Amino acid sequence: MEANQILFIAIALLTVLSAAMVAFSNKLIHSAFALLATFTGFAMLYVYLSADFLAVTQIVVYVGGILILILFGVLMTHKIYSTTKKTAHNSLIVSLLGGILSAGLILFIISKAPWAPLLAKGFNPTTAIIGKEILTGYLLPFEIISVLLLGALIGAIYIARAEDK
Amino acid sequence: MIQLESFLIISAIVFSLGLFTVIYKKNAVGILMGVELILNSVNLNFVAFSKYVDAHINGQLMAIFIIILAASEAAIALAIILNIYRNRASVDVTQLDEMKH
Amino acid sequence: MVGFYTVLLFIFTGAFLVSFTVALSRFFAPTKQYPEKLIPYECGDLPQGDAWIQFNNRFYIVALIFLIFDVEVMFLFPWAVVFNDMGLLAFVEMFIFIVVLLVGYAYVWVKGDLDWIKPKPRLEHLAKGKGE
Repeated sequence: MEANQILFIAIALLTVLSAAMVAFSNKLIHSAFALLATFTGFAMLYVYLSADFLAVTQIVVYVGGILILILFGVLMTHKIYSTTKKTAHNSLIVSLLGGILSAGLILFIISKAPWAPLLAKGFNPTTAIIGKEILTGYLLPFEIISVLLLGALIGAIYIARAEDK
Repeated sequence: MIQLESFLIISAIVFSLGLFTVIYKKNAVGILMGVELILNSVNLNFVAFSKYVDAHINGQLMAIFIIILAASEAAIALAIILNIYRNRASVDVTQLDEMKH
Repeated sequence: MVGFYTVLLFIFTGAFLVSFTVALSRFFAPTKQYPEKLIPYECGDLPQGDAWIQFNNRFYIVALIFLIFDVEVMFLFPWAVVFNDMGLLAFVEMFIFIVVLLVGYAYVWVKGDLDWIKPKPRLEHLAKGKGE
């Protein structure tokens, strides 16, 4: 086994185990910090898939932005002193059933599906290609994204400050 | 050379963990974390197919748009959760049944 | 791909150095715990209340604005790489993109969400002290 593959297995384990910690942890703040490891693991997997720009985007937007917002959510919606208490949950058996069923179904499909012949693409820098695609073929989604972000910004701020007046 | 299937298996496991989180947690912020796990696993699928099946990088572009949608979704969702918390002093989704008929 | 091994090495080195230093001080520093040592440090005063306080809502609004413009910056990188090849067209397209987002920024600014209002301090303990 090459060093490359051992590293891949380590990254895969990091991703899956920290995702499991997000799911099974009793304290919400632990889930939030486990989510940090999951997002970083996904960024490393993107590097294996020769998506260098996407790996950096994952770090900047997910770890630097969304995770901060989620941490804010955890800290702002906890009553003082209730952080040490365990949070209430729904039925474990039903939830586990749902998770295991979906995992079984997807894994079954993966094992049975006839995949198209795989391309062996090497590692190429993708930033320039993405830039070109955004400005030509994907121009309409790109401009719509700006309107979406505008709507998200105004809407979220309108909801979040409702009380301050 | 790492196989396509290994990425798909990781993605399937994380997707199921995300689904489990969404069902299991009662706290709205916890549910949001499950949704983020699901979105990430879908992204991994897109990028994996972009590398192994697609001759161009359409999958990666799709993944970028998903990341941006996830960002705006998280912003709106947390604003709603904060508003609920302000009005109800609780983010337990099982208690938010006032609109139930 | 080789460049990312450098990043990985950087992460490992950083994690190792931090954990090594913390472990070193854990093993070698003498630990004598007594109640005064365990209270949070607030410049020598006795701490008031808990460290887990409710955040001011305005922190969230600033974080929200940061996230939206964080996403915008991610689009500027690939745009900057191809800017020389595309010329004026790329400039106009990105100009529209940024102008649309600046409308949101102007909205936030005009509505006064960026103004920092200090929370009113609670002076209950002072009033009680006066009454006695």
